[in-house]
Amino acid sequence: MTVERLLRDLAPQALAALVRRSHDFAASEDAVQEALIAAADQWPRQGVPEQPLGWLIRVALRRLTDALRSEVSRRNREAVVAAGSPVAVDPLLHEEPTLDPNDTLVLLFMCCHPALTPASAVALTLRAVGGLTTAEIAKAFLVPEATIGQRISRAKQSIRASGVPFRLPEAAEYAERLGPVLQVLYLIFNEGYTASTGATLLRTDLSSEAIRLNRQVHRLLPENGDVAGLLALLLLTDARRAARTGPQGELIPLDEQDRALWDRQAIAEGVALTNAALAMGSVGAYQVQAAIAALHDEAESVADTDWPQILALYEMLKGMSDNPVVALSHAIATAMVEGPRAGLTLLALFQDDESLRGSHRLDAVRAHLLERAGERAGAVELYRKAAAKTTSMPERNYLLMKAARMEEALG
Amino acid sequence: MKYMLIMNTPRDGYTQYMSWPRKILEANIAFMHAFGKKLKDTGELVGAEGLAAPTEARLVRAGKDGKPITDGVFPESKEFLAGYWIVDVDSSGRAFQIAAEASTAPGAPVKGADGKLIEHLWIEVRQIMSGPPKEVG
Repeated sequence: MTVERLLRDLAPQALAALVRRSHDFAASEDAVQEALIAAADQWPRQGVPEQPLGWLIRVALRRLTDALRSEVSRRNREAVVAAGSPVAVDPLLHEEPTLDPNDTLVLLFMCCHPALTPASAVALTLRAVGGLTTAEIAKAFLVPEATIGQRISRAKQSIRASGVPFRLPEAAEYAERLGPVLQVLYLIFNEGYTASTGATLLRTDLSSEAIRLNRQVHRLLPENGDVAGLLALLLLTDARRAARTGPQGELIPLDEQDRALWDRQAIAEGVALTNAALAMGSVGAYQVQAAIAALHDEAESVADTDWPQILALYEMLKGMSDNPVVALSHAIATAMVEGPRAGLTLLALFQDDESLRGSHRLDAVRAHLLERAGERAGAVELYRKAAAKTTSMPERNYLLMKAARMEEALG
Repeated sequence: MKYMLIMNTPRDGYTQYMSWPRKILEANIAFMHAFGKKLKDTGELVGAEGLAAPTEARLVRAGKDGKPITDGVFPESKEFLAGYWIVDVDSSGRAFQIAAEASTAPGAPVKGADGKLIEHLWIEVRQIMSGPPKEVG
């Protein structure tokens, strides 16, 4: 294991040990960051200490105690002036650190607290639980380091203000609190999978990090269907990574991908997890999406795909979510089962839909179905209309190429 | 010193770009990819962004109550910003050299605002301002 990976595994454990003792999440998080930076500097040169977690906790505790001491002496100067009674320093250094296997989970619940904005929760989760430095997070999101630093410090202020205690949520609020955690993991994954800005379609590190964190949650909550379902979905989506882009970063859609490039091992693991998740009782949106991804990943070709089953699953998903992307995918599946005209009829219903009107996706899907229905001129026009609206460079290039190729064939 | 190399397109440039034939489109995508990689490899690239189509752009200013007033793109705009590169180079000469190379990006002939065909797009080169200078003395 590389030092970097080791530190990322140890970071949440060290942080939890500190928070448990100091009850100060913000100060503990700062102290652990400093200890991680010291370790990243020293370990590769001097070797990894025999008890790396103990080392990290000790160094972080020293930093934390120093920080608290200077805070206490500042307050004492004020307190002595005010009342003449000095505040005592908490003897943090004299206790043995306690560890709990649920620590990572507790931290995740804190970092993904519903009081935080998604962008803040994502940044804080990557640093506090993922053990990434502010610089690494900034690089992954292509934003200045100061911006991420600010998001993290605002997130910590919100946590402090919300007064969340350092423990697992009560049974009654568990389900409600797990939702935002999974949502943050999904956001991190998607940010890596479809970079929301710029010319690069894949930012691998974030996707891998989301999968790693999801694995940890799954280990702690092996019987939770939503957790297993999301992990399955991420694995089955990530399995297509190598086939998803061409040598120049261009987008390759599912039906044009070289399936030999798909990661068979990830697919096998994802399919097994999907089946296990479906057997765990109430079936949520992640499980259904995983089941759809599994059907795609197991098919040898587009023609070989079990479209009736996929259509049935999209029917289910439509009942669970009013996400317009689900409605579009449902129309595509309908077209695959009943022909492009049936899909186009469904799409016509969205022409006045607030969330889809003006979206490039609606135009792109209509173009695709028109192409399949043999209406080439209409398809070319809509591919270009979609290209003018997308904010993804690889997608724009793909849509323009699609139109140009069809026009060339039309002569 | 840092420079921003700005690529503007004439008003109709975007519409024309949308209908480029396959070969030109392919050549343009390959050029932009290789050009970006080359600048990254020399260590001169600070950043580069391409902008979404101007048809989606809006002009915004605050109204009397401070709330945003939006308007579509002014139809009389002659040119639109298509994208930019920011490079960190040793001299203005080097920035000009990079800009000249950027201007050779393959594309279908584009008509300028005066109706004449443009062989290579002009790239606007602007130096980026720095922080405060060192104290003298």
